[in-house]
Order: sequence, then C-alpha cells, then structure tokens
Amino acid sequence: MTDIPLTHVLILSSLLFTIGFVGVVVRKNTLFMLMSLEVMLNAVGVAFIGAGSVWQEADGQIMFILILTLAAAEVAVGLALLIRMQRRYRTLDIDVLSKMKG
Amino acid sequence: MSLFASIEGLFYLAALIAIIASLKVVTGKNTVHALLYLVISLLAVAVCFYLMGAPFAAGLEVIVYAGAILVLFVFAVMMFGLGVDETMHAPQSRGLSLWFGPMLLGALLLIELVFVIDNSELKLQLSNNVVDAKQVGILLYGPYLLAVEIASFLLLAGLVAGYHYAKPEHQGGRL
Repeated sequence: MTDIPLTHVLILSSLLFTIGFVGVVVRKNTLFMLMSLEVMLNAVGVAFIGAGSVWQEADGQIMFILILTLAAAEVAVGLALLIRMQRRYRTLDIDVLSKMKG
Repeated sequence: MSLFASIEGLFYLAALIAIIASLKVVTGKNTVHALLYLVISLLAVAVCFYLMGAPFAAGLEVIVYAGAILVLFVFAVMMFGLGVDETMHAPQSRGLSLWFGPMLLGALLLIELVFVIDNSELKLQLSNNVVDAKQVGILLYGPYLLAVEIASFLLLAGLVAGYHYAKPEHQGGRL
C-alpha cells in the first residue's frame, strides 16, 4: 500500500455501492437497473483491490478477476433478457413483468 | 508536499470523479448519456486501482469493463432501440418524494457502513474475530484453479443463455 489509507478506499467503495443500490431500487427502466448493478459490482472490486494492496497479496486481484467474469456473464444474460422483453412488451418498464406465469 | 500533488490527492480526485459519474448514471434520463457516464466512472475507478498499486487490475478494468462490457451495452442500445426512458406506469413526477424512501434507506446504510469503518473501537472488536479471506480462499479453492474452471463454466452458461434468450421468438422449439 502506498499512501492511501484502507479506510478511505472502503469509504469510496461503500459510496459507489450505495449509489448503485439506490439506482437498482429507484429506477424503473431495466437497462438503468443493469447499469446500476455494474456500478455495484465495480464497488466490490474496489474493496477487493484495496484490501489486496494493503496486505501486498495477489488474492484481491484474483477475486477482482472473478468478479469481472461474473459481470460479463451477468451483462450477457441481462441484455438478452432485455432484448426479449423489448420485443414482447415494447417497453423496458420493470413493472410490466409484475404478472408472470410459468 | 501539498495534498494535490501526492498520490493521496490524486486518489481523492479520481474517487470524486467516480462518485459524481456514478450519480449521473443513476439519475440520468438519456440511456446513451448514462452509458458514457458509466464509462467515465469505470475509468476513474481504474485510475484509483493504479494509484493503489494494482496496474494489472487497472488494465483489466479498462479493457474488459470499459472496453467489452460497455460496448455490449452500447450495441444492445443501438441495435434494439432501447433508447428512451419510457416508464409507462411510473407515477408522474412528484418532485423528490418518489426518491425519498429509497434515498433514506441508502443513506442510512451508508452512514452505518462509514460509522463502522471509521470507529476504531468497533474496528478493533471486529478485527478480533475476523476470518482471513485468504484462509477461506485456500480452504475453498486450493490454488484457484477450480475457481477459474467454474468461472469458465459461468461464461459458457452466459453464452448459452444469451443465445437462447435473444433468438427470435417464432423460431421456438430447439435451441
């Protein structure tokens, strides 16, 4: 770790995570919810990298790479679902999906 | 050395940019503008990684997040006309009252997190019985080879699911 205290890294991470969380809860547009999820995953990555650099271990970066693959898979599935939803309902409003069956 | 010439000052500046850009992502109306703000946010976080002494992670952040994932977003928005924020059933704008509840919950969560992080007594209590993430990782994964295999399975599942969901509906039946 250089000069940056871990406390401030964690505060940055929690700020970003909270911003993303508020976005997921507040927005009705599914695309914006996906983007907010990206912000949240990114915040978790910040926390991992900060912790890994405090103890000078590579484990934090390994976890960050795993988060990266998770984000890639999540975005692929999420965007495919969005495309299907746009085709069927002509909207991205998440409230349309409140009535689903089977 | 002055604050803004030090690594710390640069880190705080990048962190401020990341936070402002993330706020603009969450509150944006236009999808493409929000995507551009998301790119800015990811780049600022990459700068933070670099300043924390993880240049490899910073490169991965730029290449994979800002390069691949965001391009996927932009392709989806451009090709399938997901452009406008068209929430039919959303209540008409009543000022900030719609935002108040979730904002309050989020702010409370944030205050709690920051309080726990910044309070040294709580931190001491927490660090007494902490289980090292490295121990957990070693116990779970060995030398990470299995995790990498599982990640590859995850990517394969994402590929198959993406193909299956995005295929035209009238083609139904076989995958």
